[in-house]
Amino acid sequence: MGYKAKTIILAVISLLLALLYVFYDLTGNIDYILPRRIMKVGAIILTGGAIAFATVVFMTITNNRILTPSVLGLDSLYMLIQTVIIFVFGANSIVMMNSGLNYLISISAMILFSLVLYRFLFRGEGNNIYFLLLIGMILGTFFGSFTDFMQVLIDPNEFGVAQDRMFASINNVDQSLVYISILIIALVLLYFMRFYKYLDVLALGKDDAINLGVPFDYVVKRLLIVVAILISVATALIGPITFLGLLVVNVAYELMKTYRHFYIILGSVFISIIALLGGQFLVEKVFTFSTTVSVIINFIGGVYFIYLLLKENKSW
Amino acid sequence: MVDLKNVFKSFGTKQIIEDVSLKIEKGTITSFIGPNGAGKSTLISMISRLIAKDDGDITIDGKDVFKTKNNELAKKISILKQSNTINLKLTVRELVSFGRFPYSQGKLKKEDWEKVDEAIAYLELEEIQDKYLDQLSGGQRQRAHIAMTVAQDTEYILLDEPLNNLDMRHASQIMKTLRRLVDEMGKTIVIVIHDINFASCYSDQIVALKDGKIVKQGRACDVIDRCVLKEIYDMDIDIREIDNQRICFYY
Repeated sequence: MGYKAKTIILAVISLLLALLYVFYDLTGNIDYILPRRIMKVGAIILTGGAIAFATVVFMTITNNRILTPSVLGLDSLYMLIQTVIIFVFGANSIVMMNSGLNYLISISAMILFSLVLYRFLFRGEGNNIYFLLLIGMILGTFFGSFTDFMQVLIDPNEFGVAQDRMFASINNVDQSLVYISILIIALVLLYFMRFYKYLDVLALGKDDAINLGVPFDYVVKRLLIVVAILISVATALIGPITFLGLLVVNVAYELMKTYRHFYIILGSVFISIIALLGGQFLVEKVFTFSTTVSVIINFIGGVYFIYLLLKENKSW
Repeated sequence: MVDLKNVFKSFGTKQIIEDVSLKIEKGTITSFIGPNGAGKSTLISMISRLIAKDDGDITIDGKDVFKTKNNELAKKISILKQSNTINLKLTVRELVSFGRFPYSQGKLKKEDWEKVDEAIAYLELEEIQDKYLDQLSGGQRQRAHIAMTVAQDTEYILLDEPLNNLDMRHASQIMKTLRRLVDEMGKTIVIVIHDINFASCYSDQIVALKDGKIVKQGRACDVIDRCVLKEIYDMDIDIREIDNQRICFYY
């Protein structure tokens, strides 16, 4: 079966799952339930798509199939922001309770952080992308430690709120935030289209890409900004879930068996939507909300990650 | 013509290239020889703008390689580096088609595919053109990469150790192909090469480097010389002339 057929099948499965999720056991007050479910599906498609897409681009520019954008430190920054808010204002403050305000603070802080980091790092010549990743990782660890430190100090009840933010959850998504996210992602995609043609060539590696006339530094910087914004939007909307990207993009590469980014991106996006919708369905119907979707994703993702490592190990 | 004037390059405190000036004429094969760490690969990478220079001028047909638009340069000069570790699910034909990117920006037209087919035929890859790269031997992969640079159809072709890991048959096959590219299609080729006998037999010009400086440059008969080779390799090398070719015995 070719990659085109596989893409169509994945699209159909995504659609069926979305319909299943929306219409399964649709009883009670339909006017209330239906829009809520559609909004959740919208949020899932948005975040799943954004993370899958960002991860494909990130893996291509770093030329590494086991790196995810989480090494940029954005997840940790998100947790730090949430903890700082609770630490300073308290868990019942307006900043914590008003999801719109929280979203705006988180997203602007994450995007600002990425821009400052890139600006700082790309100012000099000869700084390569691995240096950036190293800095991102170190800052991520720093944010993580700082978050831990503050979480130890706060009131146990407030810690419960902070802990809740550590896992992505689609159970309480604000409708207006979905619209804002759609707008941001659409703008980013529009900007990305200028660089789309370079992706296949970038996957060959830096030297080949330059040889074939890609303005490498220029393109990679801009693609990194695209990645950072997409991840920021997804994280601010439902919480840290970048691990999902590692899982779905690798499955997409295994499944599609092509180098063409058009199909890899589509495949990853659909697999991501399937994983999230399936996971959320399990959370609601099987586990009856006793867990969150990111726990399930992280569990499956972790097992798959170990499998990847073992498989790579064998081919040495 | 490729023209280097007083080029310098250092990594950290280590001077890799020191005051190198060099002219490479059109329609010739130029070989860079020298011991490991002499700066051959650095030099070839700078000519092809993969590595920035510290000082000096590098121009191709009068245009500065670091100021010319990258895409424009990609139609003029191509480079193939030593390590080709592409881990994509890519067939030979697909790899070769990437060579057309500077012209097609990813949307290949009929004439682009014609060039791809020509390049595949030139490197005699027709039989394996639909095989995936990870199914090939080192020599076949190397030829596939060279086919990509041929499809790129540039006047200047730079190759960093194209004979690495190849057996004698494939090595001489590749050198003959390069010779044909120069003689039949008027290309200008620069290679980094370790086998001085291949350099001696196939190049128009040899540039001998040591410690980032040019020790000697000139025709094969001038550079393949006991004194010159002694200076760059610190080795006494016996040179014999066989059928007008200078062959070195260093075994």
